[in-house]
Amino acid sequence: MRDRTVPALAIACAALLAAAPLAPQWLVFLLALALAKGMVVLGLVLLMRTGLVSFGQGLYFGLGAYAAALLAHRGGIADAALMIVAGAACAAAVAAVLGLLLARYREIFFAMLSLAFSMILYGALVKSSALGSTDGFNLHAKGFAGIALAAGTERRLFYAVSVVVVFAVAWLLHRYLASHWGRLSAAIRDNELRVEYLGASVYRVVYVNYVAAGALAGTGGAFAALAVGHVDPETAYWTTSGEFVFIAILGGTGNVLAPFLSAALFEGLRTVANQYAPNVWQMTLGLAMLAIIMFLPGGLWTLLRRRGAP
Amino acid sequence: MSNILAVLFDGVVYSSWLFLMAAGLTLIYGVMKILNIAHGSLYALGGYTAATIAGAWLAAGHAAVGSFAMLVVAALLVGLVMGPLLERGLLKWMYGKNEVVLLLVTYAAFLILEDAIKLIWGVESKLLPEPYSLPGNFQIGTLAYPVYNLLLIAVAVIVGTALAWALYRTRQGKLLLAVIHDREVSAAMGINVNRVYLVTFTVGSMLAGLGGALTAPMIAVSPGIGVEVIVLSFAVVVVGGLGSLGGAALGALMVGIVRSLAVRYWPEAELFTIYLVMAMVLIARPKGLFSAPEARRI
Amino acid sequence: MTRWFGAFLLSLFCALAATTALAQQPIKIGIVTFLSGAAAGPFGVPARNGFELVAEMLNAGRVPAPYATKGFGGNPVELIVIDEAGGPQKQVAELRNLAQRVDYVIGYISSGDCLAVAPVAEELKKLTVLFDCGTPRIFEDASYKYVFRTGPHATMDNTAAALYLLERHPNVRSIAGINQNYAWGQDSWVDFEAAMKALKPGIEIKTSQMTKLFAGQFGAEISTLLASGADVIHSSFWGGDLEGLVLQGAPRGLFQKHIVVLSAGEPAINRLATRIPDGTIIGARGPFGPFAPDTEFNRWFKNTFQERYAVPPNYASYKAANALLGLKAAYEKAQKAGAASPNQDQIVAAFENLTFEGVGGTVKMSLGKGHQATMENAIGTAKAVGGELRIVDIKRYPADRINPPEGAKSEAWLKSGFRK
Repeated sequence: MRDRTVPALAIACAALLAAAPLAPQWLVFLLALALAKGMVVLGLVLLMRTGLVSFGQGLYFGLGAYAAALLAHRGGIADAALMIVAGAACAAAVAAVLGLLLARYREIFFAMLSLAFSMILYGALVKSSALGSTDGFNLHAKGFAGIALAAGTERRLFYAVSVVVVFAVAWLLHRYLASHWGRLSAAIRDNELRVEYLGASVYRVVYVNYVAAGALAGTGGAFAALAVGHVDPETAYWTTSGEFVFIAILGGTGNVLAPFLSAALFEGLRTVANQYAPNVWQMTLGLAMLAIIMFLPGGLWTLLRRRGAP
Repeated sequence: MSNILAVLFDGVVYSSWLFLMAAGLTLIYGVMKILNIAHGSLYALGGYTAATIAGAWLAAGHAAVGSFAMLVVAALLVGLVMGPLLERGLLKWMYGKNEVVLLLVTYAAFLILEDAIKLIWGVESKLLPEPYSLPGNFQIGTLAYPVYNLLLIAVAVIVGTALAWALYRTRQGKLLLAVIHDREVSAAMGINVNRVYLVTFTVGSMLAGLGGALTAPMIAVSPGIGVEVIVLSFAVVVVGGLGSLGGAALGALMVGIVRSLAVRYWPEAELFTIYLVMAMVLIARPKGLFSAPEARRI
Repeated sequence: MTRWFGAFLLSLFCALAATTALAQQPIKIGIVTFLSGAAAGPFGVPARNGFELVAEMLNAGRVPAPYATKGFGGNPVELIVIDEAGGPQKQVAELRNLAQRVDYVIGYISSGDCLAVAPVAEELKKLTVLFDCGTPRIFEDASYKYVFRTGPHATMDNTAAALYLLERHPNVRSIAGINQNYAWGQDSWVDFEAAMKALKPGIEIKTSQMTKLFAGQFGAEISTLLASGADVIHSSFWGGDLEGLVLQGAPRGLFQKHIVVLSAGEPAINRLATRIPDGTIIGARGPFGPFAPDTEFNRWFKNTFQERYAVPPNYASYKAANALLGLKAAYEKAQKAGAASPNQDQIVAAFENLTFEGVGGTVKMSLGKGHQATMENAIGTAKAVGGELRIVDIKRYPADRINPPEGAKSEAWLKSGFRK
């Protein structure tokens, strides 16, 4: 059974890039948002492969979004490339500090502590009227790495950039998971103690994975902020983090492509529920979630896997 | 002096309310290892049912004193109906799955119940005039407090004691403790684990319903009251140690008093207090205050 | 696998492509309002009811002059309602979807949503009428061509409240506040504080309680307010929080010991009635509800609404009606200027600086380069009369006294003492 991931990644990347100049605006927006969220979920999948579920990725998602937005709002720099780098760097920096603490926790305590930190950021953002409190503020990115274009084309450019970045990261993650550290992560999920006995440092692996997940979430946050054009504290709220966890479970942890499929499906599902059942969209979403959990316990990816597995 | 007393009293009132919610949640987690997000909906259901039943009682002209009993009846109703419905109808099919998946199942149940509540009761808030002002006020210093608050504290204390007695003194309670400690061995010993699950979930639902029912006369029962409660109760449960009743009580007390102090002396920080408390407790005691030592599997 | 993947993508595209190819006769208007969550009860659903009632009456030609033409200039209007819940990021996505299916968009109660969707509406070149959100920042921080707001913004809520308070109780020396800890509550308190300081320098601020949104329980906060000894307590609470404040505060004497100002309290009048103690100062964010002047038009709206929905319309319903009526007025003005089926640019040109008769009073699109409405405001005092709650002692404030002038920022204007 060959691993067809890399060709699939390449094909998907090419297809989405082709859509950049051709697809209608609303589709470009939808895909850009799905890719951004998918990136956050990629980080979650990495953590889940290590046996940890983080309910606080909203912290980095929000940090990435606000860092990118503040660069434009306060720093006067409206270059999208710099904004994305700023988002990723800011999130990675905070993850590097918090990871020192969080890497010691497991299971529900890891989840709740990560949730606590994301809610602390939420509280800080709400309190800050300079940052618009719960209203947030808008960001306008003009240009990417020096190239400035008209507003409509610019969005397509950002989208294309996000496609390239996302698939590059996905490929890197795919390699990482197949590598020595990736296998260590899976081993930690199975039995941490044995890994320690074998001489590897569990703490270090968890720490690195956590920082990577944080950086990914921050980049996703910056891309989402660019796509939507607005940031607000809701990005750091626990329901946002919960949404990411749901998308992760929906797709399953089988493959790096899974988060993007499930992110797109989730966005589509929510939109459809809102359009056709605006009075009962919550119930519709809940029923859909239950159906998927019951009939596709391994996530959507198992649907595709069945054809190849021995 | 009366200032501090007032602040402490406010804190204890809030803690009592938190305790009712946290107790049910910690029991359910301890026994079934499920973090029940639908607890928020059960709280809301308790509030709505209380508003309807007590409202009907008062509208029919019966003695206002009886509305207290109606609140308790509402809570029992919610527990006895929703408990088995959720447990047997939904959760039973999901046992054995990953903890996070179970959490998402309860989240899905929460979403469904939110809209169900909206469909049944509409979006307008429900007001319950009594029995909040019925028992009158009492004074702490210059401040007037409703006697209803004392009732809330009393109920929390009674419920806590009753639960503790039931858990540690009765046979059924000890069976429950055994299941909390180790499910597999309990089943091997012949304990009907499925029935323990059903009873636990029903009791937990009743407690959530009670929390909602007792709160109904104080607030306007409206859509969305369940959402805030969830995170608060979770935080308290984690602080106290999952599965520990004493931990839930102590956690509730800590959170309630710290919050009350913040409101009085440092209002801007109120939003953070609960998360700061949770973060600090977890840093000091990584598994919560009263966590049992666990055997590590090698 | 590639085949399956491709099919999946294709079906995804198809499922989400919802453009209509043909031009439709009825005018489709997208309505965005809260249908779930805590804002649905006090604002979202009353607004939806207002929209649906007025649309129906317009299509039947039963709206009194000057709106007697059926629909919009003879074309029937069709409403497509979606839920505003989910936060600004979601609403931006929803607007992009909605914009393909409708001709115009009316909606948005939450300021965060308004701020997020305005640039998107501009980018999509879709005429969007904001009807309720309060933040003044929309047209003070940016200019838009395709975005209008037919409801006055929130600055006038608290300037009028401060003026009224000091006219009725000139000797107050200290104020305290209890507001929700999010943008609306924070801004309301900042506005009220600034207005009071400008009108009565030297006023003391005893405490400012910022409660978590939808906390519902205010035991500790009420104790703090009672202990503070402030003369006035200001609150911009709404919905369940407001009802909770009254239910918990009244028995403890909060309203007896202090003068309570509820700057956005009007929707609670129908809900709480005589539970609101006498002497409470109440605002309706404009001349709405019990503050609406007794004209035939206003009576028509109130009675028709009450007949249909069994409750009187609150300010959300009034503002919804005004949004529809304003858009109709602009549409028909563009028609009179020569275009039988006016396009967006012509309607935009007609809408700018328009003055039209709304329910509650005259609406002048006089700020924000002709895109932001102003109306007079009215504040009154609650008093139980014969078992019902009435608003007495109503004082009206003309729009230019309580709104910043064109080009000025609300915050700075308030601090400078309402200078013109």
